[in-house]
Amino acid sequence: MTSSLRTFNFLEPLSEGKNNEKEWTMDILNRKGRQYRAIYPFIIILIGIFLFSFAVGRYPIDIITLLKVLGSKAFPIEKTWSDTVEVVVFQVRLPRIMGAMLVGSALSLSGAVYQGMFKNPLVSPDILGVSAGAAFGAALAIFLSFNTAGIQLMAFCFGILAVALVYFISQRIKADPLISLVIIGILIGSIFNSFVSLIKYMADTEDKLPAITFWLMGSLSGIMPKDIKNISIPILLGMAPLFLLRWDLNVLSLDEDEARSLGLDTGRIRFIVIICSTLMTAAAVSVSGIIGWIGLVIPHLGRLLVGPDYRLLIPTTILLGSSYLLLIDNIARALTTVEIPLGILTSLIGAPFFIFLLLNRGRS
Amino acid sequence: MLEVKALSCGYGEENILEDVNFTVDSGDIVCILGSNGSGKSTLIKTIIGLIKPIKGDILVEGKSILNWPWKRRAQLISYIPQSFNSTFQYRVKDIVLMGRTSYLKFASTPSKEDERIAEEALELLRISHLKDKIYSQLSGGERQLVKIAQALAQQSKIIIMDEPTNNLDFGNQMVMLKHLKNCSEKGITIIMATHLPEHAFLYGSKALLVKNGRVAEIEKPSENLKERDLRELYDVDLELVEFNLDNRNIKMCLPLI
Repeated sequence: MTSSLRTFNFLEPLSEGKNNEKEWTMDILNRKGRQYRAIYPFIIILIGIFLFSFAVGRYPIDIITLLKVLGSKAFPIEKTWSDTVEVVVFQVRLPRIMGAMLVGSALSLSGAVYQGMFKNPLVSPDILGVSAGAAFGAALAIFLSFNTAGIQLMAFCFGILAVALVYFISQRIKADPLISLVIIGILIGSIFNSFVSLIKYMADTEDKLPAITFWLMGSLSGIMPKDIKNISIPILLGMAPLFLLRWDLNVLSLDEDEARSLGLDTGRIRFIVIICSTLMTAAAVSVSGIIGWIGLVIPHLGRLLVGPDYRLLIPTTILLGSSYLLLIDNIARALTTVEIPLGILTSLIGAPFFIFLLLNRGRS
Repeated sequence: MLEVKALSCGYGEENILEDVNFTVDSGDIVCILGSNGSGKSTLIKTIIGLIKPIKGDILVEGKSILNWPWKRRAQLISYIPQSFNSTFQYRVKDIVLMGRTSYLKFASTPSKEDERIAEEALELLRISHLKDKIYSQLSGGERQLVKIAQALAQQSKIIIMDEPTNNLDFGNQMVMLKHLKNCSEKGITIIMATHLPEHAFLYGSKALLVKNGRVAEIEKPSENLKERDLRELYDVDLELVEFNLDNRNIKMCLPLI
């Protein structure tokens, strides 16, 4: 048998000369370049929105000054601006912009990988209860009068705890692993949501109830430079393995039996995906509160633009998610004198946009 | 090369099949026949490893494959399920390229070489023109061919199929069977569940009859598979006709009522 297997020459080249090595290298470069060329426009859009975001706000900063201030960190540029400008750029607007980008990309990427894993394009990052857990953590922390750092830590830890509960309970159920995950996710989520309601019911209606309610609507207004450091580590830690597993994610989005028979250890990949997504989402939610819809809409938009292949979809969702939340946050900051909570805006814009996507897909 | 020994399999504790024994050589076409719900799919899924056997062993070249990791199994056996689709709109070339997954190092993406192998698999089945089409929008027959291309890209020694001609029109059934025959001539073993006894008569080097939790192995079904076997297998009165065509003795089951 072994010998006849070695003669599997029907898949050998039919009639093809050997390319020399230089051509081959060139081809690899071209191919990689061609493959990722599709995301260039998204990079340009992100840079555009990024720069524009510095100009949004009550303190006016023109683009030339902005470029100079930003450039002064890297190049010796003569200081022609006031200290206030520098404080506004680096202490107020930069953290907020970074925050919007990190949170937007984390939620979008989580949504994109969960949709593949559950083979369902209507899944969002909170399907395994991470948001419900984080909301409970934050509400409890506010109820117990913790400071901001305490609220963030509680949100982060309870977000992870909720998903851990879901994962380990679902492992003990003798049924389809994906269905078990979804059902336990809904159940654990609703338990945590009940606790949130209970805390809201018991909370002081003068200061704590509004604080909890406001947290649940999502906002980046309180973000501090140190928050960026705190959340960028778990978010990047979650993103890196997902990017490395981009091919496996393609296979994971097929039917379970097919994926396994193609050689994918689906249990292991699923475990990694859940850990990475939970890290990212919990970190994002801990500073921003609950911001819905991004994790659902952005992956859809990404798939519409570049297709479902995660090799392209991952960078695309990261770029689009960052741009989208940055844009929404600009609207939240600029539209009215009192900031509109992000959760309201993302659903106000996200839901109609989603309807638009679905209508358009039907036509084509 | 593949040897199934005293195998009992089923879901959970419940035995669906008991004491299954058979061997398969390379290049064999093995047809699994049996009524609906008799356990054909269970047997197939157990061989692939999707269901853990309750008892017994599956050996390849004398070595048990039961504890092989998915990657190693995939390099040995590829699987084409009864129905398949994809939620997301992958292109045909990407679906075929997924056949290379078991050869990739952890956390890497397919190389140029993998792409070449995938393209050749498409060429071999003469469906290169489909490569940029969206897989989930193809017809059933085209999708089936793409899955075979994927299995070829997987370069496994065994292809296991669950009712490969199901849902195909007559022309596509013939195309499909021709490709399977080609594969077997190249040394690939084909194991397929089928509802048509003619598959066993015309192409099968072996037939496995599944009934009442037992599996009977029949060598050279064109000679040894008899009318009464089929009557018993399907619990119906059926008529087997034999005739000579181009010096080949052909048997056919007629659905006479």
